[in-house]
Amino acid sequence: MTKEMNLEERFQAYVDGENKVEPKDWMPEKYRKTLVRQISQHAHSEVVGMLPEANWITRAPSLRRKVALLAKVQDEAGHGLYLYSAAETLGADRMDLVEDLLSGKAKYSSIFNYPTPTWADIGAIGWLVDGAAIANQVMLCRTSYGPYSRAMVRICKEESFHQRQGYEILMSLAKGTPAQKKMAQEALNRWWWPSLMMFGPTDDNSPNSAQSMKWKIKRKSNDELRQEFIDKTVPQAEYLGLTVPDKNLKWNEERGHYDFGTIDWEEFYQVISGNGKCNKQRMKARQDAHNAGAWVREAANAYAEKQAARKAEEGSAA
Amino acid sequence: MKDQLLQYTLRLGDNALILGQRLGEWCGHGPILEQDIALTNIALDQLGQARLLMQYAAEQKGEGYTEDKMAFFRDVTEYHNCLMVELKNGDWGRTIARQFLFDTYNYFFYTALLSSADERLKDIAQKAIKEITYHAQWSAEWLIRLGDGTEESHRRVQESLNDLWEWTGEMFMMDEVDKAMLEAGIGVDLNRIKEQWDQKVSQIIEMATLTKPEDGWMQSGGKQGEHSEYLGYVLAEMQHLPRMHPEAEW
Repeated sequence: MTKEMNLEERFQAYVDGENKVEPKDWMPEKYRKTLVRQISQHAHSEVVGMLPEANWITRAPSLRRKVALLAKVQDEAGHGLYLYSAAETLGADRMDLVEDLLSGKAKYSSIFNYPTPTWADIGAIGWLVDGAAIANQVMLCRTSYGPYSRAMVRICKEESFHQRQGYEILMSLAKGTPAQKKMAQEALNRWWWPSLMMFGPTDDNSPNSAQSMKWKIKRKSNDELRQEFIDKTVPQAEYLGLTVPDKNLKWNEERGHYDFGTIDWEEFYQVISGNGKCNKQRMKARQDAHNAGAWVREAANAYAEKQAARKAEEGSAA
Repeated sequence: MKDQLLQYTLRLGDNALILGQRLGEWCGHGPILEQDIALTNIALDQLGQARLLMQYAAEQKGEGYTEDKMAFFRDVTEYHNCLMVELKNGDWGRTIARQFLFDTYNYFFYTALLSSADERLKDIAQKAIKEITYHAQWSAEWLIRLGDGTEESHRRVQESLNDLWEWTGEMFMMDEVDKAMLEAGIGVDLNRIKEQWDQKVSQIIEMATLTKPEDGWMQSGGKQGEHSEYLGYVLAEMQHLPRMHPEAEW
């Protein structure tokens, strides 16, 4: 018991000294579990997050936009891979993690349960959803777990590019025809509040945050990140000539921040618990892809085994 | 001659665009992330080639034409892709079989196009050939993997080859446009491509422990604008937004 206590104290001191924890280092079991949960949720979010955007690949309104969107969704798949690898450095198995997603045991970011009915939603996702993700991920570049932090550095670079791309889509719409401008405004109306919810519950309702902050997995609170995002995004909306759908939004000179209205947490919890417009659709798409791919994965494994056996045979014959 | 070069350019561009569009449907739905990424890579290459060819076609067409006008404002009978690329993706085995049959053709075609007398097509071929070489390798490897994988994968991919076979002949049929382009030193001798294709396809099919289907009736018409029912739906989906807002820029 005392020995364990000592290890934990030493671990805390190590983290407090801004050192990175590496896969072979000793770490508290709860630190490991927290990270596996967080990193795999993040990986699942990348993979499920491909779906609302992939919804527009075949319908993108210009060839340039089509290529950019396809490349973007492919990047998300790549992020999923880095993150599953980071989770595997903690002893998790990728296939088990995927099973947890498909069975509904593991969560993914609730934002992807919102639909993308128009092309402007692709712009709004890039600008707002990727923007909110970046706020979180820039912080995670300094997270205490080495492989996670390094994966985040790579991911952040690509995400910033995606965000600019999304903003540029909305820019074209906002200065386009009246119908395009309307499309852009409606997309902002749809995505503004869900984007704010991406930072999670308010600090007084976020019980796990304190330990994560102490271990320096998390470096800023949900409310701090949310405020930063709002402060950065509101001027961008103004530049587009679009109206943020919050009548209580107002610059507060004294605080040096925007004040904003109350988030509808009831909606947040409803979507998390499965009642978003697309929860079932997203899960079914993942399950279908997984099930339809089963024979392909089996074939690839069987072929790899045959090849290995043939090589071994050649080796022993020689 | 001018019209024939335009149609020749569009045949190449439409093959790339429609196949890229079809492969794009897979994005997010592949059997495993790594292969989702691999197939998306091929789709991206196809669409990149399509853009170069559409830009060239638009320039030939002249004033007011752009790559997007070429892609989004032509109807079914104005498309000149071969029929095989517009067929539905089917399962992974069907997509692989189509990709293998097409990539192998494309590899020999673009290799020959490297000596085209048309500088622009030659440039495009130089850019595309590296990508296409990789595609042909990738899809041949997958055909072998599925053919020599499990009983189920063998059965599925054999069925796909059998079903797709009647759509392969069109790639090698030489009509007036092909003949004129060949004569001008711009185009490719499809009879020669057919020999190279036959040899390569037979070799890979054998390595995959599969059976090469017998040549029978071959479908044709796509290159001339006579399409299957599938293309209309592909275009409806692809074109609806720019057509709804013809004045808009995106």
